[in-house]
Amino acid sequence: MSSLAVRVSALVKTYPASPPVEAVRGVDLEVTVGECFGLLGPNGAGKTTTMEILEGLLAPTGGEVEVLGRRWDRDEREIRERIGISLQETRLSDKLNVRETVTLFRSFYRTGLTPDEAIERVSLQEKAKAFVDKLSGGQRQRLAIACALVGDPEMLFLDEPTTGLDPQSRRQLWDVIRDFKARGRTVILTTHYMDEAEKLCDRVGIIDHGKVIALGTPNELILQLGGEHVLDLTVTEPAPLTADDLSRTTAVKSVRAGAGGTFTLTVTDPAQALPAVMELVRAKGAGLVGLSTRHATLEDVFVTLTGHQLRDDS
Amino acid sequence: MNHPLAQLFLARLREFFREKAAIFWTYGFPLILALILGTAFRNRPIEAIKVDVVTTEATQEEAGKLVERWREKDPRLKVELHPEKEALDRLRTAKTALVVFPDPAEAAKYRTVVDENQPGSVLARAAVDTLVLREANPAAAVPTATTMADQSGGRYIDFLMPGLIGMNLMGGGLFGVGFLIVDMRVRKLLKRYLATPMRKSDFMLSIMLSRLLFTITDVAVLLAVAHLPFFGLTVHGNWVALLAFILLGGITFTGIGLLIACRARTLETASGLMNAFMLPQWLVSGVFFDSSNFPAVLQPLIQALPLTAVNNGLRAVINDGAGFGGILVPSAILLAWGGISFLLSLKLFRWL
Ligand SMILES: Nc1ncnc2c1ncn2[C@@H]1O[C@H](COP(=O)(O)OP(=O)(O)OP(=O)(O)O)[C@@H](O)[C@H]1O
Ligand SMILES: [Mg+2]
Repeated sequence: MSSLAVRVSALVKTYPASPPVEAVRGVDLEVTVGECFGLLGPNGAGKTTTMEILEGLLAPTGGEVEVLGRRWDRDEREIRERIGISLQETRLSDKLNVRETVTLFRSFYRTGLTPDEAIERVSLQEKAKAFVDKLSGGQRQRLAIACALVGDPEMLFLDEPTTGLDPQSRRQLWDVIRDFKARGRTVILTTHYMDEAEKLCDRVGIIDHGKVIALGTPNELILQLGGEHVLDLTVTEPAPLTADDLSRTTAVKSVRAGAGGTFTLTVTDPAQALPAVMELVRAKGAGLVGLSTRHATLEDVFVTLTGHQLRDDS
Repeated sequence: MNHPLAQLFLARLREFFREKAAIFWTYGFPLILALILGTAFRNRPIEAIKVDVVTTEATQEEAGKLVERWREKDPRLKVELHPEKEALDRLRTAKTALVVFPDPAEAAKYRTVVDENQPGSVLARAAVDTLVLREANPAAAVPTATTMADQSGGRYIDFLMPGLIGMNLMGGGLFGVGFLIVDMRVRKLLKRYLATPMRKSDFMLSIMLSRLLFTITDVAVLLAVAHLPFFGLTVHGNWVALLAFILLGGITFTGIGLLIACRARTLETASGLMNAFMLPQWLVSGVFFDSSNFPAVLQPLIQALPLTAVNNGLRAVINDGAGFGGILVPSAILLAWGGISFLLSLKLFRWL
């Protein structure tokens, strides 16, 4: 018995097209039982492709995949009985109500929760008789997760479960996921939201252009930056100082120059870095527009690793 | 009730009966079509024979009396008085079938102008000739007793109803299965089902069975309406054979619908394929008029089409009084279409 829920090695997926799309280019992953693992990455990074291969919906071009110690080519039905899935986009039948939809999905599994239990887990009791086309986006998403839960799976795969939801709906979903995890079960989810990953996931893998470029607990990744504090500095343009100038300052580990006279500094100790930076600004005769400190986030990790923002809208 | 097949079937029923538009297009529309066409062609009116009698100032009075006499003797005649030029123009433009010049002075008494391009023209002259003969020689004119042949089996409505049923079987199977599946594929619902331990066979069966239920009930409604005294359709053949054949037709077309939906990724593709398949058959397969009107070279092709087979079989049982033995050929054609469609679908079906 291995305690690995998922084991992936040298996973490759190339979509046949002209030119062929190399969506996944050599991914290795291990997710242990009871863990909540987050796959982060920008649009088109290969998250959905990776997930659907793990879910046995897509055949990989190359590599090995094991889910709950089984392989898709041999034990498809058994794996299906033991996992629950929510796809990035599914429109469930509009003319069925919530309970009917969950009951239908329940009938596919040998064992599982009662439909009402599943509905309760996602707090949709009040909407049990509402038609799917009368649900809000967040309620639909919770219904999708109820359908994933109703087979009482050992493991959940959730592809962007919270995309497009308001903060409150997102938090409701986090509670559902935390509740599932608290029962000792495994979750793999994808998200664009770094704060979500930090709050929800035990470990994250950052994926870009089909490759995992960082893997670890959110804290580990942030520490890899060399400092867990960030200084956001904005000066008037044209800026009389450069990123190079800043990076030579005390306690500054790295500097990224942004547009409009902004600089993002990763620092080990803000107490030392702040006076030094202020001193430099004064010496160079730059006009200070803004200066703030905060804890480093996964967003900073991502931008540092890839050199581009995770989401353009952020 | 918790068997996946039962649940899938139930879900289909719920979705269907909660969709008002689907109900209309399945049950309402065919019925309306049947009512409209059936009423329009229920009894062909006694054919009117249009005849123009040419008048001049001098013959006006004489011609007027003539017209009255003729109308009385033969109610099919629609006689009008027109000046010569006008009457000939009306003949040229097929507004009348025959022009008659009363010539009391001549030996022939009547001179007629016939338009050979009009099939009705010769008929009109025959009718007028008969009248003239009877007038000239009342003693020799032996009247024949006539009754109209309007028994069930040979009327247009008897031809039309089986055609409409066949058309419904085809439309129901193709649209009902084809659109449903492609729509589910577009919504990623097929993929979602695939991600569960659901048996694919349960899913397919639920779609087939629910569709058959909808189509069969729809056809039953049509048959019932056709049986009302108003239309007076009678099934002359074996009822069991009829129902079995309708079932076979329904299954065949669900199979073809499945095949069309196998790979289509958009509703547009699916509807294009379906129309390409259905439109020609509506035309050539004998829904509204006999398919034997098409050239002999096309006949082997036309007879091999599934809608032709369905219509032929339905008419054989309903109108010609056939039993199982009389529908072997159309049944074999349908079995071939259905079997090949299902086999190909199994091979080609795409869930994603
Ligand atoms: N069926 C397909 N055929 C060809 N290329 C595809 C197909 N599906 C995805 N791709 C390409 O593969 C790459 C990875 O896509 P994928 O959906 O895995 O990204 P993602 O990380 O899930 O993105 P998003 O955050 O937008 O959901 C993209 O460049 C996409 O265009
Ligand atoms: Mg995706």
